[in-house]
Amino acid sequence: MNGADIMVKCLEKEGITDVFGYPGVAICPFYNSILDSDIRTILIRTEQNAAHAASGYARCDDKPGVCAVTSGPGATNLITGIATAFADSIPLVCITGQVNSELLGSDVFQEADITGACESFVKYSYLVKDANEIPRIFKEAFYIANTGRKGPVLIDVPIDVQNQTVSKFKYPEDIHMRTYKPTVKGHAVQIAKVVKELEKAKRPLICAGGGVLLSNAKKELCQFAEKHNIPVVTTMMGIGVMPTNHPLNFGMVGNNGKPYANRAMNESDLLIMVGARVADRAVNQPDLITKDKVLVHIDVDPAEIGKNAGPSIPLVGDAKHIFKDFAENDFCCEHEQWLETLNEYRNTMGIKRNPNPAYVDPAEFLRKLSSKMKNDAVYVADVGQNQIWSCAYVQIKDGTFMTSGGMGTMGYSIPAAMGAKLSKPDKQVVAVCGDGSFQMSMMELGTMRQHNVPVKIIVMNNNYLGMVRQYQHFTYKDNYSVVDLTGSPNLEKLSAAYDIPFIRVENMEQADAAIDKFLADDTSYLMEIMIDPMDLV
Amino acid sequence: MKKKVFQILVENTSGVLSRISGLFSRRGYNIESITAGVTADPKITRITIVASGDDEILEQIEKQVAKLVDVLDIHELEPDNSVFRELALIKVRVEANDRQGVLSMADIFRANVIDVAKDALTIELTGGQDKIEAFLKLLEGYEILELARTGIAGLCRGTEGVVYIKAE
Repeated sequence: MNGADIMVKCLEKEGITDVFGYPGVAICPFYNSILDSDIRTILIRTEQNAAHAASGYARCDDKPGVCAVTSGPGATNLITGIATAFADSIPLVCITGQVNSELLGSDVFQEADITGACESFVKYSYLVKDANEIPRIFKEAFYIANTGRKGPVLIDVPIDVQNQTVSKFKYPEDIHMRTYKPTVKGHAVQIAKVVKELEKAKRPLICAGGGVLLSNAKKELCQFAEKHNIPVVTTMMGIGVMPTNHPLNFGMVGNNGKPYANRAMNESDLLIMVGARVADRAVNQPDLITKDKVLVHIDVDPAEIGKNAGPSIPLVGDAKHIFKDFAENDFCCEHEQWLETLNEYRNTMGIKRNPNPAYVDPAEFLRKLSSKMKNDAVYVADVGQNQIWSCAYVQIKDGTFMTSGGMGTMGYSIPAAMGAKLSKPDKQVVAVCGDGSFQMSMMELGTMRQHNVPVKIIVMNNNYLGMVRQYQHFTYKDNYSVVDLTGSPNLEKLSAAYDIPFIRVENMEQADAAIDKFLADDTSYLMEIMIDPMDLV
Repeated sequence: MKKKVFQILVENTSGVLSRISGLFSRRGYNIESITAGVTADPKITRITIVASGDDEILEQIEKQVAKLVDVLDIHELEPDNSVFRELALIKVRVEANDRQGVLSMADIFRANVIDVAKDALTIELTGGQDKIEAFLKLLEGYEILELARTGIAGLCRGTEGVVYIKAE
């Protein structure tokens, strides 16, 4: 038995059934040992997408996603994926092969200091020096990745450690870490303070972020909001916390959010931010959410509280636990006028669009698409105009909405959708991207074919990097620079090359029939929808 | 800008110092000085950091450091309840006929001469930062050839603030 065998056994002990990756010499012992296991290996076409796929997988599962790549360029290619997961607090365990430990530091072939390079994007990292340490390290890595504020953990394993002979394998049953003890339960005194404020509040509002989904507290939050009739707005990462058409859901906040959601934030007298970072895209002016109101900030990471806005009541803990604690308190929260006001805002402050009938209207199209999707479907938005349109118009029922919110990494949707589909094969998974982001990940069509991952892809084609073009339109008075995507492949031919069915939608008249065909069976499908280059989000 | 002295107890793992200093540099926090050394428990390293910033920054420093997986404890060493010392090694150019003046100043500051050369003295001085600054000011008329300062190390006074780390 060698170190590589131990690594595989550790993954089995953690209940891992899928590993995304790309081999190379330095990770070959691991990929050799994994042949003796039932763990499925997915050969991704570039390492960055291994991390994205693992991220999509983890977001549909209760375990961290796992990827394994080789040293040097394999490891450095993984970095964007790791940083993307870190920004959205997605639990990953990333394994990298490394050159022989005796050669470390001598700049040999395919050597990169990956633990050093990733330091600011990982929750923790290990450079394994002795194969006997592997069980402890794996146990800790999975624990760190998936507890507290979740995030990626990196394990760098030199090839000689993978080849090191080990006499026995024993996986630790418990964690022995005296340093790492995340707070889960909210402080009773703070909870009592919030309850007291809720009794007084005339305009209470919950702003839910991705942390609610990560803590699996969707149900608890909805029950709490419904019981006390408290309106809810979300950040981009919080979309899906509550069904889009729920009467209490007032949509996404922020620069690209609903005007009435932002107005609700500003006018509330008690704002409960939960699992949200108060980052610039969601809250442009943090002083507006602290002025003349009580701000309650609930987060499992104490460092997020007070980082961007000073709350009146800080409350450290896991959202699920805290909403359970709220539910145990009996109190009265009366504010009927407030909901009436918000409904009036919703009815009068909608965004007016003037779609060009010669093209597909992304707003109407995405509304149609998402309402025809299954109740529990997974919708993955990429980055760019497609993301903003998705956030604004998608109707999430009981399903999942995923996107790269924090890092805004183009090319995320296709690998993440594959990960989601492999994690939950019974669910319908749709990735929506632009023609720019599609070309950053289109090599994964091969992975989809090879491993039979029936993901559905929609490419919004406007022949431009639309989001940047829009920015140049406003900021540089139409002085367009490096945003024209001429030279893009013919998607019909590309689909044929990969033997994936294809459909093109030129205008809204074709939309209904095309969507029905696209969603009909559990097969891969590529749909191209033609978007007016002049269309703005 | 305020200044705070933080005592940080960390697991003595490889790379722990770079994790902490990396955190300060990437988040743009100011470090005035940093010292590190093993504690009575060889598995634990004590780091003393003098940091400066406004109240929010200093609060963030404490929270962000506490979040690092290797960190066992961080808290402020408040000036009223703590003792601080810094060690300075000062090499001054002095010819033999001038030596007595420097020696008498060193004497007043209870500094030790640890090396004598024909044209130089190396002085060891321990104390609070004020004392070291004051001594260096006195030496202004002389040429300081080399100066090595450790940055401050500190402990709380008495036993009340002692942090006990349970063995696991």
